[in-house]
Amino acid sequence: MPAFLRNEKIRGILYQIITIVLFVGFLFYIAQNTSHNIEQRGIKTGFAFLHATAGFDITESPIPFTPASTHWDVFKVGLLNTLIVSFWGIVFSSLIGLLIGVWRLSPNWLINRIAAAYIETFRNIPVLLQILFWYNVVLATLPSTRHALNLFNTVYISNRGFFMPKFVFGDGAWMIGVALLVAVGAIVWLHRWAKRRQDLTGEQFPVFLTGIILLIGLPLLAYLIAGKPVTAVYPELHGFNFKGGKTFTPEFLALLFALSIYTATFIAEAIRSGIEAVPKGQKEAATSLGLSPMQQLRLVVLPQAVRIAIPSIINQYLNLIKNSSLAAAIGYPELVTIFAGTSLNQTGQALEILLITMLTYLLISLIVSLILNWFNAKMKIKER
Amino acid sequence: MAVYPPKPAKEPPLTERGPIAWVRHNLLSSPYNITFTILGLAILYWTIPPFVKWAFLDANFAGHTKADCTGNGACWVFVKEKLNMFLFGFYPQDQLWRPKTVIATVLALGAFAKFVPGLHRFKLLLIAIFPIFAFMMLHGGSFGLSLVETSKWGGLLLTLVIASVGIVLSFPLGILLALGRQSKLPIIKSLSVFYIEFVRGVPLITVLFMASVVLPLFFPEGVNFNKLARALIGITLFEAAYVAENIRSGFQAIPKGQYEAADALGLGYWQKMALVILPQAIKVTIPNLVGTFISLFKDTSLVMIIGLFDLLAMVNVTSNDRDWLGMDTEGYVFVAFIFWIFTFSMSMYSKRLEKKLNTDKGK
Repeated sequence: MPAFLRNEKIRGILYQIITIVLFVGFLFYIAQNTSHNIEQRGIKTGFAFLHATAGFDITESPIPFTPASTHWDVFKVGLLNTLIVSFWGIVFSSLIGLLIGVWRLSPNWLINRIAAAYIETFRNIPVLLQILFWYNVVLATLPSTRHALNLFNTVYISNRGFFMPKFVFGDGAWMIGVALLVAVGAIVWLHRWAKRRQDLTGEQFPVFLTGIILLIGLPLLAYLIAGKPVTAVYPELHGFNFKGGKTFTPEFLALLFALSIYTATFIAEAIRSGIEAVPKGQKEAATSLGLSPMQQLRLVVLPQAVRIAIPSIINQYLNLIKNSSLAAAIGYPELVTIFAGTSLNQTGQALEILLITMLTYLLISLIVSLILNWFNAKMKIKER
Repeated sequence: MAVYPPKPAKEPPLTERGPIAWVRHNLLSSPYNITFTILGLAILYWTIPPFVKWAFLDANFAGHTKADCTGNGACWVFVKEKLNMFLFGFYPQDQLWRPKTVIATVLALGAFAKFVPGLHRFKLLLIAIFPIFAFMMLHGGSFGLSLVETSKWGGLLLTLVIASVGIVLSFPLGILLALGRQSKLPIIKSLSVFYIEFVRGVPLITVLFMASVVLPLFFPEGVNFNKLARALIGITLFEAAYVAENIRSGFQAIPKGQYEAADALGLGYWQKMALVILPQAIKVTIPNLVGTFISLFKDTSLVMIIGLFDLLAMVNVTSNDRDWLGMDTEGYVFVAFIFWIFTFSMSMYSKRLEKKLNTDKGK
């Protein structure tokens, strides 16, 4: 082999040149074939289709949508629905996951085993199967709207979905929001003040109790002062369906239930491994300092467990957002179902639409990993 | 001299030993604990008896038609009658011995590899030949076997084919990507990072759509992939990124001294990686890899959305049979059980490996 090839630097450069040539060549080959194929099949190109009329309706949309709306509106509705179901999925999976994770660590053998059984059952069954099971079996066999399960004349459960009261905000409702913000601000300040006071004098202040009173009391006060501006509209049966109130469709519910229950298993495991990763000595040291079990958990164990558990929990949130795309199997109108599904079939512009869809998910992932990096940097052990 | 033989130690009181003590400590140690025990019993009472009643006591096992299902419970007759559909999909009934032979061969090979010591080269050869043999058997078209198009494959057979091909192909691709990401060459590194992060940022279903709708556009006319091949390409490309991340985490566990020692021995890049770094990195990350393969196995169910008839899709197919309408509950429970058996045993295996690898480090 010639002498210059034995130089590692030169070889490296050569390798890279070869890679680039192959890569660009491959791209060029694909681009040529694609443009040829697209021409042959008479598929349009470009992003002009986004302004074309969609021509179909969407069953549930957080923003006004008619068949006269454009494919760009379809994209917006899809993205919003993805975010809505993901948001509630994150809320519920966190709650269930926290509960199961704590149960999994419980000294009570029975509860501990039940939590383990929950985790091992739902984690090992494909989430798509769970979505289909909720949709085709559980929700489909609920009674019809006429014989809907009636919970206190406020919530109705039927095979057409769940119907709940809707809150209508009248004049002056903004005062409640302001009161809520004030309460949150006051709690933050109170927390700081109480901590400083305890550092200085050793006296403690019931921050938690005061916080709850503030959080409930201030908005309630604002509600009364503003003249009760919030009214509830109850769902009522008209003919075959309920009118008024808020409707949660079976598609939404099946997706929400399955995603929450599935993701909760991973969150529970993350919480468990986070708490178990805290060395035993930490707890023993806390005991010897005379901290109560609750104080041990709050002041010593949790701050260290959170550092380990939160990154994997955030990753699970991201997985949940990505898994919400499985709605395509049951037709909940989120991004993949209506944009990468219906719009794609109508326009035939698969390349553009899938590119937009993928980039959207990529953007969401990017935002989540930025949050994760920020958290990791903030939580890093500051060694002196 | 007087001898004072020591008296045997007194046994602990009855309440502190045996099952009674166990119950006291684990179920009734405090009022709090007692509440939890009652809660646990309530949960068991609400879930287990109804399920047992549905799945066993009230269920029907005997018979051949829907009319034989008289009880309120599950109709396992349906699963029994449709078992071949669940296992093999639309594979021709008279050719079922072929997939069965392949499965028997897998089991025989596994037993051979585990219980017969030595003969490593021969075993590797067998493993290398096996995929060709399996494809010949399943697909046919030669050696006097009738042709069975991949569109006829289905059920558990298809799920296993997709999962195993996905695992086998995504592994080397993942290693290459991980090496690329570790590389000091900026262009190779950035291409690998871009690929890995892009794929990990999008849902599998979009990749599958891409593979099934857009991929045919990428190649000249006449180059045709069937549906199964497209799904395999999509799944392999997708999981390779996750495998790459697993292997990268393995790299991070390798001490720098190993690289330096390999360099000092005068090994080139590929020798260093193949003989020193990768064997250690993969060993460290095996539990993670098994985790990735578990999710790959679960993810195979997504091929249903692009129109393949995998195990999960068979529920729809079989319960849409006019003679068996309304049997989807049984179908879903049965399929969930099969998936569960596979994934659960894989995760048990990974836990055992983790323990084994941990003791190696003397922890």
